[in-house]
Amino acid sequence: MIGFLIQRVLQALMVVIAMSIIVFLGVYAIGNPIDVMIDPASDQALRAALIQRYGFDRPLIEQYFIFMNNMLHGDLGESFIYRLPVLNLILSRLPATLELALTAMLIATCLGIPLGLWAGYKPDSLSAKAIMGFSVLGFSVPSFWVGLLLIMVFAVELGWLPSGGRGPTTQVLGMNLSITSFEGWSHILLPALNLALFKLGLLIRLTRAGTIEVMSSDYVRFARAQGLSEGKVVGLHVLKNISIPIVTVFGLELGSTLAFAVVTETVFNWPGMGKLIIDSITVLDRPVMVAYLILVVFLFVMINLVVDLIYGQLDPRIRVKAAS
Amino acid sequence: MNEVVLRVKNLQTQFQTRAGALKAVDGVSFEVGRGRILGLVGESGSGKSVTGYSILGLVEPPGRIAGGEVLLNGKDITRLKGDAMRQVRGAQIAMVFQDPMMTLNPVLKIGTQMIAAVRAHARVSRRAARSRARDALAKVGIPSPEERLEAYPHQLSGGMRQRVAIAIALLHSPAVIIADEPTTALDVSIQGQILAEVRRLADETGTAFVWVTHDLAVVSSLADDICVMYAGRVVESGPAADVIGSPRHPYTAGLLASVPAEHEPGTKLPQVPGSTPSLANLPPGCAFAPRCAKAGPACTTTPPLQQFEGGRTALCHYPIEPVSCQPLSLTSTTYRSAS
Repeated sequence: MIGFLIQRVLQALMVVIAMSIIVFLGVYAIGNPIDVMIDPASDQALRAALIQRYGFDRPLIEQYFIFMNNMLHGDLGESFIYRLPVLNLILSRLPATLELALTAMLIATCLGIPLGLWAGYKPDSLSAKAIMGFSVLGFSVPSFWVGLLLIMVFAVELGWLPSGGRGPTTQVLGMNLSITSFEGWSHILLPALNLALFKLGLLIRLTRAGTIEVMSSDYVRFARAQGLSEGKVVGLHVLKNISIPIVTVFGLELGSTLAFAVVTETVFNWPGMGKLIIDSITVLDRPVMVAYLILVVFLFVMINLVVDLIYGQLDPRIRVKAAS
Repeated sequence: MNEVVLRVKNLQTQFQTRAGALKAVDGVSFEVGRGRILGLVGESGSGKSVTGYSILGLVEPPGRIAGGEVLLNGKDITRLKGDAMRQVRGAQIAMVFQDPMMTLNPVLKIGTQMIAAVRAHARVSRRAARSRARDALAKVGIPSPEERLEAYPHQLSGGMRQRVAIAIALLHSPAVIIADEPTTALDVSIQGQILAEVRRLADETGTAFVWVTHDLAVVSSLADDICVMYAGRVVESGPAADVIGSPRHPYTAGLLASVPAEHEPGTKLPQVPGSTPSLANLPPGCAFAPRCAKAGPACTTTPPLQQFEGGRTALCHYPIEPVSCQPLSLTSTTYRSAS
């Protein structure tokens, strides 16, 4: 177990290093940020001074090692635009995205798995067909359009919920959160629903496919022959067997929601990380872009590590392989 | 003859298809006494497994029981619905399946699965259920049952898993266990151990077994009585030794002739020509007639059920005359009880 963990952490480290090179080179190739940052009318001397100050005159390899060295000391650089340490900037936006993404995943899981189980348990019923139809809509309708529709219906026409923003936040464990207050919930509900829709469709289909497969297995037939109630058959035998693909997709979706909730954040004016990165790309705020992308890689690696550990808990046969 | 625990009367199971209803089980009747073992023999597609599933009410759509009765201790269980049937399954009548690799849930501990099976019918605490599970494992000859409860199925051998499956079936001391080819996937030495164990359990606990198999050698050494099935019908039945020693139906005779064990080495092994007919287009009259050497003009009409002395029957126009030689055994071992 410890060996497995060390191996996975080393793997993760390699991925982060590889990504840092790719990101650094990629962002370098975009162009010189000085051209965007300073007034086109300023003179050559000022331009040269700025270039020297940010170290853009040095060889690329040297720039990279300076950047990596700083990163190891916890310094990801300073934003060209905000004049703030990048890490603080990103971390100040992280709680907003985190609570939005987690709420969305919660909605998707709590609705998706039961609906998928039902659709797989009674695949020929009318309700199952309705659920499947809904799931197709869930991941085929563009999310910005659904977002606008939600605002139109619930904020403009019915006036039940606010159309955007985060509402009041309270400080919990050093993070500003909306979900701690009722009014905060009213703000988060629409964007979370919007984000959840795609995942909901995906989870329903995944759960249904797994359920149909497991329901026709010999061990379910054997469980029925033992006289187990249908609830027990589904709750004990089906749920655990279908959970591996569900956990996989859950992990991937959580990562991508954290990193790329940008469309929803824009539509609902949600001050999360997605909006920050889009703003930074438009103004070529290089340190923010690099730091953000590396943070995203780090998040993905961590989530997948957790997912791998959960696999072992869910399926003893995987545990055996990992140990050997 | 001791008391009859399971009596199947004229059971009909059909599968609804576009081509019409396929009669997978077509008027099957048999009975099993307490502590007796009935061998239900036939080729693939003869309807023997479907008969087993029908008895437990586990036939899945588009299949359905179209007629007949399954009397368990005199009560017809084909009419039971939903929860009433669930309470019978596992408690009064249980089933063991063919492939022990597939019948236990790979991601749940043996203990978890057994405790669930105990608590499906008995309102007991987890601790009590666990000790009952442990006793059941010990009863089927599993060493160190306490550790086995903590094991996952993949940590056990095929033979062990099948013993676990039998232990689960025995948990509530059912009147009848339907065993659907439970030793087919095991190697011969393990098969022998399991058969001996089953014989012992039948004698000790009084549980009756319906042993579904295509393996005549298994049946000849284990079963008290035999029903030979062909295309959804019982074509011959009677005490195992008599049927094997002197088959009356040409199909049974053909099956027995093609068992290598009793065959002269170095000569060509006789076969039953052709293959099992598709249920979608059965020939009129006797379904076996096209493959039968003894077939005559009468075979285009439904054959009569002929009764012979010694409790034997054959579904045939031209049954084979009985031979009076010593009943021969297909294997050197026999698990039949002395009684």
